[in-house]
Amino acid sequence: MKLSTSFIAATAMLGATQAAYAQTEVQFWHAFTGRLGELVAEQVDTFNASQSDYTVVQTHKGNYSETLNAGIAAFRAGEQPHILMVFEVGTATMMAAQGAVRPVYEVMGDGFDQSKYIGSVKGYYTSADGNMLSLPFNSSTPVLWVNRDKLAEAGLDPDTPMETWEQVGGVLDGLKAAGVDCPMTTAWQSWIHLENFSAYHDTPFATKENGFAGTDTELALNGAAQVAHVSAMGQWAQDGKFIYAGRRNEGGANFRAGECALFTESSAGYAGIKAEAEFDFEVRPLPYWEAVASEPQNTIIGGASLWVMEGHEDAEYAGVAAFMDFLSSAEIQAKWHQDTGYLPITAEAGELTKQQGFYEANPGTDIAVIQMTAKEPTENSKGLRLGSFDQIRGIIDEELEAVWSGDKSAQEALDSAAERGNALLRRFEQASR
Amino acid sequence: MEKRVTFKGIWLPLLLVLPQILITAVFFFYPAGQAIYQSLFIPDPFGLSMQWVGLGNFEYLLSDRYYRASFLTTAIFSILVTVVSMGVALYLAVLADRLIKGSGTYRTLLIWPYAVAPAVAGVLWLFMFNTRVGVVTWYLGLLGYDWNHVLNEGEAMGLVVVASAWGRISYNFLFFLAGLQAIPKSVIEAAAIDGARFWTRFRTIVWPLLSPTTFFLLVVNIIYAFFETFGVIHTITSGGPQQATTILVYKVYSDGFVGQDLGSSAAQSVILLAIVSVLTVVQFKYIERRVHY
Repeated sequence: MKLSTSFIAATAMLGATQAAYAQTEVQFWHAFTGRLGELVAEQVDTFNASQSDYTVVQTHKGNYSETLNAGIAAFRAGEQPHILMVFEVGTATMMAAQGAVRPVYEVMGDGFDQSKYIGSVKGYYTSADGNMLSLPFNSSTPVLWVNRDKLAEAGLDPDTPMETWEQVGGVLDGLKAAGVDCPMTTAWQSWIHLENFSAYHDTPFATKENGFAGTDTELALNGAAQVAHVSAMGQWAQDGKFIYAGRRNEGGANFRAGECALFTESSAGYAGIKAEAEFDFEVRPLPYWEAVASEPQNTIIGGASLWVMEGHEDAEYAGVAAFMDFLSSAEIQAKWHQDTGYLPITAEAGELTKQQGFYEANPGTDIAVIQMTAKEPTENSKGLRLGSFDQIRGIIDEELEAVWSGDKSAQEALDSAAERGNALLRRFEQASR
Repeated sequence: MEKRVTFKGIWLPLLLVLPQILITAVFFFYPAGQAIYQSLFIPDPFGLSMQWVGLGNFEYLLSDRYYRASFLTTAIFSILVTVVSMGVALYLAVLADRLIKGSGTYRTLLIWPYAVAPAVAGVLWLFMFNTRVGVVTWYLGLLGYDWNHVLNEGEAMGLVVVASAWGRISYNFLFFLAGLQAIPKSVIEAAAIDGARFWTRFRTIVWPLLSPTTFFLLVVNIIYAFFETFGVIHTITSGGPQQATTILVYKVYSDGFVGQDLGSSAAQSVILLAIVSVLTVVQFKYIERRVHY
């Protein structure tokens, strides 16, 4: 016991001496590995080299869920990092944790210009009165990926319009008739076909402005528009026109291998598809139902944002602010956007990318940006703020699987998803009271 | 006849079991006590506040028919894993026991799968049965069978059972083989001279003499199926399709570590603890009576 106490004291002293000489250190925990991990490290190195007051230390903590759990466990032990990356479904959990997180607009101070961030990107992470609570880091939005060769093989015009689901339905008929085994598949079914579907058709996914206006929200995903869409998808699944591959992005392997003609997936799938696809592919905007809306609203984002944790020194928060300011600069954002395929978080970065000729050299990479920014977001298309949302997505996955296998009708499945999800929302409301 | 060894006095036996008690206290009683305590609250994930709800978490769970359904799923899963892993192991052990040449090689090969971690085993099986690139799926396709465990509940259950039982076969095999080799050859030879054929000898001599091993493995395998199969489920199906492979321990994980709902997760652990305790007591009380030591 005695030994360990003196050991801790010695270690603490060692740390203190180091801190006295070194720059202020900012801990940044993230969930990126591989190429994305390298790009994050590069950003951090650039920041550290650009000034001499602060050192950002980046640490990989596992996947999104593991990173969030690491942050929570660290906070409980009083060892929390300054900056924690949290995926978009964890937003409500972080927001409810008053006393554990410090809103980004407070960290950034008075001179913080929130208007330069793209509305539909930051909207997911702002408070009801419009202040940014976290800094969007990597954001993407769903689009329609098309295998042009597959369409041509099936005797269809690869340029055939697929702006609406009605038109897509016709294309699927043609593909099936031509004997294509996988006319269409999808990744992230709940995110694309319910969450984004609702925003895109300006229909609520949940009451209380999709949860932005309070934790007493209830799911509204069993509305007529959603039921009609899931019902059509269910019929396509029964007819072998829509092939379900799994809850995550398992379908991506089928599309990249050239088996599937159409694929609804995140715009951030660009790097992977470009690297692997040995066919002529194209990005199209996500289709909408003409019968539901005369024109589409904007889609919403997926990805992660950076949260600032409470319990650190003022000087360290100044370092956090400097780093976030750096991340928001046009050059860094434009580079990130072009390297990763994630959306730029500021309009300036989008402009810069255009000036640099990136969109012309890589056609289709601007589709996601246009789809997100063409319209000012409404109550229904700002984003979602629901507690226990990771679990609610799990429930939605289960219920949708029941539709794809033909066990349940769309109405039954979505009613059940809403009922089960609401039970979780009530628990979350109670826990965060 | 008194089966137990008896000691005079209390201090020596106490001293002898002390290390075991200490380990149990630190690694079992303390966490179990914590789980029971936490199950009475709804805490927020960051530990900023805790609300006393009494038995509220249990009421919430037991009123959820999807949670109740996962009891049945767990029962089916555990029985299948136990029966498959023990049945195959016994069959292999009987065969290996009769081998004269090369038995060492066979034994070593059969024990190998035990060294594979459950999550890795899950990935191996997932690759073989992958709906797109799986070897087995491809052969089944040639036979005209469309394997799709992503949507077919029965196939998903079959796959997780096989993947969970596979590594376990080695472990069971080892115990069965040791059990078989401990049976005196003279007894079996005597029966053979009396004209008993293999099946008769197995039924009347080997099986009863093997019963302590079988009983031990039954208890251990059920506990394995309840608690340690989590990695396999997580990598292969994540509990799907629908809720076909959501066993109780998987739900503890997903509610606690994915959903951050620690109150519900703790309550589920307590329920699981109670089930396993009851099962073990039942096993020792009723099945052990039929075991010949």
